[in-house]
Amino acid sequence: MARKPEGPPPPPAVQRLRMHYAKRGRLRFSSHRDFQRAFERALRRAAVPMAYSAGFSPHPKVSYAGAAPTGTGSEAEYLEIALAQACDPEQLRRAIDESLPPDLDVIEIVEVPVNGAPSLADRLQASVWALRLPGVAYDEAARAVGAFLAAPAVEVSRMTKNGLRTFDARGPVVALEVADTPGDGPATGEQPGPCAILRLVVRHVTPAVRPDDVLTGLRQIGALAPPETPAVTRLAQGPLDESSGAVSDPLAPDRGDVGA
Amino acid sequence: MPVDTSPPRDVRSLFPRLEALLPHVQKPIQYVGGELNSTVKDWDATDVRWALMYPDAYEVGVPNQGVMILYEVLNEQPDTLAERTYSVWPDMEALMREHGLPQFTVDAHRPVSAFDVLGLSFATELGYTNMLLALDLAGIPFNSADRTMDHPIVIAGGHSAFNPEPIADFIDCAVLGDGEQAVLEITDVIRAWKAEGRHGGRDELLMRLARTGGVYVPRFYDVDYLPDGRIQRVVPNRPGVPWRVSKHTVMDLDEWPYPKQPLVPLAESVHERMSVEIFRGCTRGCRFCQAGMITRPVRERSITGVGEMVERGLQATGFEEVGLLSLSSADHSEIAPMTKGLADRYEGTQTSLSLPSTRVDAFNIDLANELTRNGRRSGLTFAPEGGSERIRKVINKMVTEDDLIRTVTAAYSAGWRQVKLYFMCGLPTETDEDVLQIAELAKKVITTGREVTGSRDIRCTVSIGGFVPKPHTPFQWVGQLGHEATDARLAKLRDAVRSDRQFAKAIGFRYHDGKPGIVEGLLSRGDRRVGKVIKAVYDAGGRFDGWSEYFSFDRWMTAADQALADEPVDVDWYTTRDRDNNEVLPWDHLDSGLDRDWLWEDWQDALTGTEVDDCRWTPCFDCGVCPQMGTEIQAGPTGATLLPLTVLNSARDRVLSTADAE
Repeated sequence: MARKPEGPPPPPAVQRLRMHYAKRGRLRFSSHRDFQRAFERALRRAAVPMAYSAGFSPHPKVSYAGAAPTGTGSEAEYLEIALAQACDPEQLRRAIDESLPPDLDVIEIVEVPVNGAPSLADRLQASVWALRLPGVAYDEAARAVGAFLAAPAVEVSRMTKNGLRTFDARGPVVALEVADTPGDGPATGEQPGPCAILRLVVRHVTPAVRPDDVLTGLRQIGALAPPETPAVTRLAQGPLDESSGAVSDPLAPDRGDVGA
Repeated sequence: MPVDTSPPRDVRSLFPRLEALLPHVQKPIQYVGGELNSTVKDWDATDVRWALMYPDAYEVGVPNQGVMILYEVLNEQPDTLAERTYSVWPDMEALMREHGLPQFTVDAHRPVSAFDVLGLSFATELGYTNMLLALDLAGIPFNSADRTMDHPIVIAGGHSAFNPEPIADFIDCAVLGDGEQAVLEITDVIRAWKAEGRHGGRDELLMRLARTGGVYVPRFYDVDYLPDGRIQRVVPNRPGVPWRVSKHTVMDLDEWPYPKQPLVPLAESVHERMSVEIFRGCTRGCRFCQAGMITRPVRERSITGVGEMVERGLQATGFEEVGLLSLSSADHSEIAPMTKGLADRYEGTQTSLSLPSTRVDAFNIDLANELTRNGRRSGLTFAPEGGSERIRKVINKMVTEDDLIRTVTAAYSAGWRQVKLYFMCGLPTETDEDVLQIAELAKKVITTGREVTGSRDIRCTVSIGGFVPKPHTPFQWVGQLGHEATDARLAKLRDAVRSDRQFAKAIGFRYHDGKPGIVEGLLSRGDRRVGKVIKAVYDAGGRFDGWSEYFSFDRWMTAADQALADEPVDVDWYTTRDRDNNEVLPWDHLDSGLDRDWLWEDWQDALTGTEVDDCRWTPCFDCGVCPQMGTEIQAGPTGATLLPLTVLNSARDRVLSTADAE
């Protein structure tokens, strides 16, 4: 005989919201699981009326999409929550932002229809990354980037949970360039010096090509060996315009969708 | 303005240097700090500064209640500062050595060596090598005798501090018992000494601390040995030092509602919940249990005090589980109205309650149902500790097989399908037969479950660990069972559980081999000569001895053979040897309040299987603690109840306000 949870099923979701948030500063060292824990506790401290899943272990309904790797900062992280009582999105944004630790910041919350909204995950097609390379001069970076872009494929290997995987880091790269204005100083360390900044646009594929894979490729094919640890930040993620290489705001189609 | 006469130190944040290393280590978030409810104070606005350490990995240390309480108590003082530091994993250790980065606090990333005090909380002796690692990385000399005015005072606390002799060379002081008031008293002594220009140096400060009678300074005591290796005597080596050092006891827990703002780490920790200590101490009298013996008497927090701590703590943390902590939580005089009142208050909020320690005979289904009303139904865990009725009388567990069967019957009837049972192996007077009874007990539990539910979907997990005799218990004189004998007994039990096809799949069997228990035994009942062994193990690479992937029995035995080569003692002498009543034990000069004669009588009672009842509901059995320490049992019932909370929804009203107005 199958057991059933006691009591009535949890109240249904009456509101769906999409959230744009940033992972900054020291908290770039939090993993995605760390963020999930912090976020779900922040929801409870802010008394957000979450909708819960049914079953023996009810969980608040949160869908995460495309989280940045541990150690990278991000200005463009997204998730979706479902509520059992409707809230004002801006009130909610402020309450959750205050409840989260500093450096985890809620930028915007938009409402989408409870049913039938196009998938958020499907819109996250590509990312724009900034890679600060302290100790690397502009010309040195430009040479390596040129070699990388000229190659038809750049095979790199990375240790994953399922062992060492080898894949092409070149194919999904839509754009890679050295920013025109060199940085005024290194991101870490005390010595002033050159600091090249790379701007990378990469398509989301499986297995994911991450900024560190591109750096591995640059080292292999362009002999680029940054003397200090690069500081990597995601600037944007969203729908990709293949012709221009532009990445647009994934929440743009949702604004004004509900209650306008 | 606080007066600080110490030389200026470089206390700038080490974070910029640390940050460059973080991309290269596992779980970097553990070194970053910034936990919700953590505190960073202005260094220059304070004059006594504590670095508090739980000498294990961050994930184990950060939820530790003791450190959390002291951190908050100290930081509430305007002129006092406390920051936390934890053991770094070997990957980080290697990078820190390579880049010359010293042991740092996670709050403001200051060097540990810059603090006035390094306070370590030892819940287990297996953290000793990690203390040496922290001292090493901090640049603090290993031996207290080699430290100067430039180094912090190193203080050990926690249960292991009731016999700090094995680490006597490495610490400056040990504090026994409850820390809340003790840390403030120590802070006052340090503050006065600093304000007076630090005259007399470290020696004078340690002397002032020793004179209080509540701080043990090992270097002020000489230990003499007999030719056969036993201790002849332990005596103060200067005037003004007390012959015995007393433990500290906080009497009114309601006056100490800490932690008020529990730390909420981003990193995953071993306890993903908020804890409220509902009482301290235990007088059930289990003879193996050091915690129960050294924390007497029972002091309850009132039902209303618990209610306030839960309310405040949940608001401050957002945890979805509240653990009602104590050594035996169902024994609180108002546990039923407490759990019902809390379950009523948090109805519909997905907040579950748990009682981490529940006695078989104190459990009932009403209680269990209240615990799971608003949250998840976890498994039930009970600790009969001994497999046979006879051995349970020896250890004074006072739980019968009927009690256990009655309880599991109720649990299975009420819908539970899984019960976990904890046992020990290697108890005094134990035979193979006593341990094999565990298999019989588990089979009865399964049979009972199948009968009352009509289902074969019934599980029972047997967890079993090796018994380690501890100081300040009636078993402090007993020889520990050797690891080979422990392993042989566990193998017989495993075979007995697995041989019966009727039950083999329904009973899970979890056990650890006996080797770590021997090292724990060496460190628990060791004397000052064991310090050499700890240092040798550290030098040979020993760290994180509580972790099976880092623990090396061979490293400990090799180090012990070498370090003790010139002594008339060895590991067996410390562990498997029976002591007699007139032997001076290494911790006899440390006063837990327990009357040594009573402990011996209780040990003799154990040998005859004579049980001793709990003094909360029967007359005093003269263990000695209350008259010796000037304490008394603090228990209810108070008759108070928990009223519904009206403020619970104020935060929710805020997020709902505009939507409701529309």
